[in-house]
Amino acid sequence: MSNHSLSKHRGSLLTQSSNTKKRNAAETRFKAYGMAAIAFSFLMLAILVTTIFSKGMGAFQQTFITLEVELLEKKLDKKGNRTLADLKKISTFGYAPLIKSAVGSKVEELSINTALKPKQLLGILSKGAAAQLRDFVIANPDRIGETIQFRFLTSSRVDGYLKGRVTRESIKNDKSISPEQLDLVDLFITAGVIEKTFNIDFIIGADASDQRPEAAGMGVAMLGSLSMMLVVLALALPIGVGASIYLEEFAPKNWISDIIEVNISNLAAVPSIVFGILGLAVFINYMHLPMSAPLVGGLVLTLMTLPTIIISTRAALSAVPPSIRDAALGIGASRMQAVFHHVLPLAAPGILTGTILGLAQALGETAPLLLIGMVGFIASNAPDSLASGLMSPNSAMPAQIYEWAKRADPAFYERAWGGIILLLIFLVTMNAVAVILRRRFERRW
Amino acid sequence: MDAQDIKIKASNVQVHYGDTHAVKDVTVRITDNTVTAFIGPSGCGKSTFLRCLNRMNDTIQTCRVKGEILLDGEDIYDKRVDPVQLRAKVGMVFQKPNPFPKSIYDNVAYGPRIHGMFNHKSELDDIVEKALRRAAIWAEVKDRLAAPGTSLSGGQQQRLCIARAVATEPEVLLMDEPCSALDPIATAQVEELIDELRQRFSVVIVTHSMQQAARVSQKTAFFHLGELVEFGETGQIFTNPEDPRTESYITGRIG
Repeated sequence: MSNHSLSKHRGSLLTQSSNTKKRNAAETRFKAYGMAAIAFSFLMLAILVTTIFSKGMGAFQQTFITLEVELLEKKLDKKGNRTLADLKKISTFGYAPLIKSAVGSKVEELSINTALKPKQLLGILSKGAAAQLRDFVIANPDRIGETIQFRFLTSSRVDGYLKGRVTRESIKNDKSISPEQLDLVDLFITAGVIEKTFNIDFIIGADASDQRPEAAGMGVAMLGSLSMMLVVLALALPIGVGASIYLEEFAPKNWISDIIEVNISNLAAVPSIVFGILGLAVFINYMHLPMSAPLVGGLVLTLMTLPTIIISTRAALSAVPPSIRDAALGIGASRMQAVFHHVLPLAAPGILTGTILGLAQALGETAPLLLIGMVGFIASNAPDSLASGLMSPNSAMPAQIYEWAKRADPAFYERAWGGIILLLIFLVTMNAVAVILRRRFERRW
Repeated sequence: MDAQDIKIKASNVQVHYGDTHAVKDVTVRITDNTVTAFIGPSGCGKSTFLRCLNRMNDTIQTCRVKGEILLDGEDIYDKRVDPVQLRAKVGMVFQKPNPFPKSIYDNVAYGPRIHGMFNHKSELDDIVEKALRRAAIWAEVKDRLAAPGTSLSGGQQQRLCIARAVATEPEVLLMDEPCSALDPIATAQVEELIDELRQRFSVVIVTHSMQQAARVSQKTAFFHLGELVEFGETGQIFTNPEDPRTESYITGRIG
């Protein structure tokens, strides 16, 4: 018998048999495939990240023009008593002449020869320039009568010119800007009147109309997303974890619990737009919650996130060894004490991971928000309290990005990429918090 | 035998797991301050029966228990009995050491804490020390009570589990093959411990090792295919069994 088995493995150990060679070759090939797959995904990731950053970083910079504006009292406050009501009566039309003369005097001061008419001079400024100045005056009425240095947004074409998006060739059919205006911009750049700087308003500001891409910001939509996340966290975490604990630790296992289990798995696979139309029908049409409110968005996303949280929480609970439950029950702990004192702490890291995954999914969700009216350009001011943050109409980050991406002006395209950078930063921060919490809760046994 | 000494009186106990009839008509009297050993081949129902005595089988959904089990004359399967209260009286040590992933101190203190057995922290300290001393592990862990219970060796972990069980001052201690995961030295320590525990508790131990049953117990019950074949004084069972099946098992012909 031993002779027979020896005969199969005869030969020196120092030379590889054909069988061994084949096995080793297969293993080497398999490792190579694995490495190739990883290299490929890293390459794709690198391409994705570079594309996002190269296209989106421009949104964080904006071109400004600094002018000396004389705030004439006879134009802005004829009565001279500086009451808010009187100041508010002067519309942006009242401010336009002041800006026009400010540009004119800048041209004179630099002794520039230009054939541009005053109206065309004004064209290099944002259409929101007058509103910008008016907001400043209403906030600082005591400055009326002075000549102030004021930083105006330039138009998106001028901004694009400084960022290389707009060239003299590309504007041949463009009615918004002319080569002569660009000549003037060139002179202003050399004189330091026009410059490109970091633009905090993109991060903290509100969306603007489709005529003024240069004024559009992500801040209010970020608050909308944040409010929704608060709603999702406050509802989906306790409901999801509670339901999972009940199903996993207390519920009898019979055909009813089997049906529930199958349906939870099915719910996790339901397209998000279905939850959106459900939210529209139930929360808005039936319960009469306000349209476009982050509260409604949060409720819809809660429904969408619940299955994810329940599935991952149940997996985390069932991964806790049953011996821990026996140990607790064996010394006279109740079912609930066993779960809350021993099982839940051990399952906490897994529950957290599932919750953060669910939240991240909810944060990036767009389709259901469009159905309940949380589209872009809906809130022009940041909410002033938690209640208004939840109840007053707002957008969310992905819906805002979608809104910008579908607008015609290429300047919005850049902002969409910039918005994606902010969304990714938001996500990475959330994941970092999850990792830190996980480390803290993790216990080995 | 004096009726006063009887701690647990089980009569005509039947256990079904779904369609499987795991324990068939078992009647047993367990006396106080005695070590009772349950022996028998794997799957003979001895562990199942042990788990009936503190209603741990309640956690298994398909399990049904019939018959009557009296603890100090009270039916533990009565509708009014809360199994949680019962398990505080009838403690259990499991086959695999299962300390909580907490400190040694917290492992032992858990039972007294949930049962509200102390008024001051110092009383709890005393309870923990006494339990660890009784489980013969105090000397080894007294300097590192804050270390995790899971950092101990297997034998130490099992003694910690025993300390945890005795800390709640049970009246009966059930042990389900407590030494099967231990080496001979740790086994000897645990066996010595069981003999000491007999002074205060009634101990019921399930074991695969007949030598162990012979060493630690005063009474032995032999189970075979769900039936209680023979029950009596340990010495008599091992030297002069009445039933031929018992004799075959202890001489190594079946099992």
